[in-house]
Amino acid sequence: MASGRDALLEHYRAMYLIRRFEEEAARAYAQGKIGGFLHLYIGQEAIAVGAAAALREGDQVFQTYRDHGISLALGMSAEKGMAELMGKDTGCSRGMGGSMHFFDKEHGFMGGWGIVGGHVAVAAGAAFKSKYLGDENVTLCFFGEGATNIGGFHEGLSLAGLWKLPIVFICENNQYAMGTPMKRTSAISDLTLKAQGYGMHGDRFEGYDVKVVHERVKQAVDRARKGEGPTFIEIETYRFRGHSMSDPAKYRSRAELEERKKKDPLVITKDQLQQAGATIEDLDNIEIQVEEAVKAAVKAADDAEPAKESVMFDSVMATKLGPQNREEAAR
Amino acid sequence: MREIRYREAVREAIREEMEADERVFLMGEEVGHYQGAYKVSEGLLSQFGEKRVIDTPIAEAGFAGIGIGAAMTGLRPIIEFMTWNFSFVAFDQIISNAAKIRQMSGGTFDVPIVFRGPNGAAKQVASQHSHSVDPFYTNIPGIFVVMPATPRDAKGLLKTAIRCQDPVIFLEGETLYNVKGEVPELDEEELIPFGKGRIGREGKDCTIVAFGRPYYEAMQAAEKLAADGIECEIVDPRTLRPLDIELLVESVKKTHRCVVVHEHWPYGGPGAEIVDQIQREAFDWLDAPIHRVGSLDVPMPYASNLENFVLPTVERISDAVRRVSYAK
Ligand SMILES: Cc1ncc(C[n+]2csc(CCOP(=O)(O)OP(=O)(O)O)c2C)c(N)n1
Repeated sequence: MASGRDALLEHYRAMYLIRRFEEEAARAYAQGKIGGFLHLYIGQEAIAVGAAAALREGDQVFQTYRDHGISLALGMSAEKGMAELMGKDTGCSRGMGGSMHFFDKEHGFMGGWGIVGGHVAVAAGAAFKSKYLGDENVTLCFFGEGATNIGGFHEGLSLAGLWKLPIVFICENNQYAMGTPMKRTSAISDLTLKAQGYGMHGDRFEGYDVKVVHERVKQAVDRARKGEGPTFIEIETYRFRGHSMSDPAKYRSRAELEERKKKDPLVITKDQLQQAGATIEDLDNIEIQVEEAVKAAVKAADDAEPAKESVMFDSVMATKLGPQNREEAAR
Repeated sequence: MREIRYREAVREAIREEMEADERVFLMGEEVGHYQGAYKVSEGLLSQFGEKRVIDTPIAEAGFAGIGIGAAMTGLRPIIEFMTWNFSFVAFDQIISNAAKIRQMSGGTFDVPIVFRGPNGAAKQVASQHSHSVDPFYTNIPGIFVVMPATPRDAKGLLKTAIRCQDPVIFLEGETLYNVKGEVPELDEEELIPFGKGRIGREGKDCTIVAFGRPYYEAMQAAEKLAADGIECEIVDPRTLRPLDIELLVESVKKTHRCVVVHEHWPYGGPGAEIVDQIQREAFDWLDAPIHRVGSLDVPMPYASNLENFVLPTVERISDAVRRVSYAK
């Protein structure tokens, strides 16, 4: 089916963009052009791309600090992302947020959030808005398995379940919370059990095949849109890099990593595409286009103006306090 | 005297107190197998085992509460927050429970617990990860707040904190962990009492009160100003609650001028408290209003050009000293 193949090609393009964007980000970090924390999504791309494909305009997405993948999957330009990483005024958060705090209102991206569990109830709040207004939009809320142990997670799910909010919670279980494997942080290994007590649907599957992610997330999104309440989805995945750039990931073996890399979602999709009749040329074209886009993004970010003092002051509050505030601030 | 890093000084204090007292244990995220997010607890798991060096899930309110309950019933927990930013989800445990239990129970229950971890900005970790929490915790009666700048102070004060019968908020710094400084030999035990400040540098022209990370910026500013003939005296209160007001006042009575340097935001906090106390105790000795240098009154932006602009700098400290000295 040609249309299926075309859709899959677009998924591949999106996943490849995330991969190459982040590889270049890692390089820029090593060159000192990016500072602070940089949490890479490499290995988990099928989840962001599959989930984003299940949404329509008006839907809203919340993610943790590991937020480059979903931002790009939702349609944010690589240029805005790269500029944000480099602390430039042209970045998606104008250099105020950095890697952990991408925002892109235009594409429904409600942010990368830094405090584990802190965004879960906030996402439920965005879903509450949809129910309140009857706008039939759905909210997706992503977090790691480590987040399922903190209070913010439980209170957010509790309320979403109680009020049947149109939200889908997606737990990207990449096996480790920083350096800690899940068996040392959770008494149970099936995390959907945690959501069951809040009266919501549960689903659980592997996140290496972008088509599977798309289908299963779509089921949950459709259910939410019809007013049938929230779903908690646990997706098995693996991050190929450390928790952040400062983590050498000594807590896992080389062999384990190599084993996991056999399930690289990009390789899987590429195989599927070739089986579906896509030519090497089709794939090469996509890869060349992505390379160019990423290269252009790095160049544009390099050349852009640094983040501005005026934005830093004026963006703190919607209410304009006038110049007196600035003087006070700079005392 | 030998020189060690701040990180090692903190570790030595924990190790020595754990060796001395079976009831002391360390609990927090990544403190064990990972050897600490900032490698403070390196080696402690292998020395003391999983019973006493305890990795937790990400559940700050939970393990802060566990610590308080254990402290009330006879243990002596050291609770590590990976950074103090993450203590906010456990704030209720500290303010409503740890700080209140003793008086609320008519003095029945002591809460000998230490909450510790890095405070303040690191480097470009943006607004949710860059808080100086000292103003929040110093406002609360019922707890001690300690904020050492040097390795020696960190070790001596942490040992006192672990032996203390009351809750202690112990504020370290990510950008302090690599700082090297003199610390007494391992066989020379030093306990530094709470409420005793330290003169970091003597001078006759202006007192600079500084604590935590900006202590070092203040020292640098003093060096620069000395070249221009302004001799600053640096006083580090070391503990913010209680505050060694006698030492601060004594210095101000000598120099007649004062600048207070802090990393926290300008509205209120220990910076303002220190100014308030000094002006009441030393009003007649002051030749100029006391000025403060802190972070600018904005959430911390990510971009490095702006972060450097927001944090208290050597330049801003020097400017403030010149202002109160009516010097050019
Ligand atoms: C409340 C809180 N505590 C601790 C941290 C530090 N921290 C950041 S990410 C992280 C691990 C999170 O693991 P997980 O939820 O599984 O997500 P992943 O990073 O694997 O995507 C920790 C401990 C934090 N940001 N917030």
